Amino acid sequence: MREKLVVAFVALGAILLAYNLYQIFLVLPDEAAQGYIYRIIYFHVPAAMVAMLGFFAALVCSVWYLAGGDLRFDSFAASIVEVSVVFATVNLVTGSIWARVEWGIWWTWDYRLTSQLVCVLIFAGYLIMRRAIDEPTQRARLSAALTIFGCFDAVIVWKSIEWFRNNHPGPVLSFRTGGEQRMDPAMEHQLFLNALALLIMAVALTLVRARQESTAREIDSLRRAAHV
Amino acid sequence: MEARNFTFMFYGFLAAWLIVLVYIVSLARRGARLTKELEDVKQLVASGQKS
Repeated sequence: MREKLVVAFVALGAILLAYNLYQIFLVLPDEAAQGYIYRIIYFHVPAAMVAMLGFFAALVCSVWYLAGGDLRFDSFAASIVEVSVVFATVNLVTGSIWARVEWGIWWTWDYRLTSQLVCVLIFAGYLIMRRAIDEPTQRARLSAALTIFGCFDAVIVWKSIEWFRNNHPGPVLSFRTGGEQRMDPAMEHQLFLNALALLIMAVALTLVRARQESTAREIDSLRRAAHV
Repeated sequence: MEARNFTFMFYGFLAAWLIVLVYIVSLARRGARLTKELEDVKQLVASGQKS
């Protein structure tokens, strides 16, 4: 059943991505000031959206684990975090390439960039920590604590463009500007469509990763049973 | 300016897809390793129960 779901998500994501790429490269015009390079926004921003959604979904799973003690929620949180770290890395790298053209530098220690880097490092640390702890309950508890801590930073990432003066552009999407259009509606619509495509892809990857987590749990319980 | 813009846009998309692709390959390899490990452990448990 889960395999069919993964195939369905992959097929849907692939079709939507193909349509999006056609629109991004062949239909939408260049941005007046930036030229071609603005198209990076169609992956840079959706990748960040998917990563942020993932970190908060992992927070929900972690709190659920802490409340009920069901290790399946811990495994699911770990799967979501891993995929989210990949998308957050895509966000950082594409942003850096865009900055090289627009600002003339690869990196600057502004609030947005730094908090996002810290966020990636916290959750990368989470993944490393999980490999270092064998005892499942202890691993799950520490992972949940680190997820809660990481999500505080994720909130700073989210709000930093409103709270602080940054090199990073301020909010442009209409749901963050109270409905004011700071971006062409056709471009914004395309950005949301690509966010949907990346989200579908992220869900498919998370399902695959969660399957692996349950296989690892099965191996672990078989090993423990064999030793008893 | 435009050619430079295009080159960097290409790098951006290339980097994005490469990161995702590397992750998918690592996921597939890990899946294969876990499946093999599960089979090995099952065989080990089965042989232990017989003896």
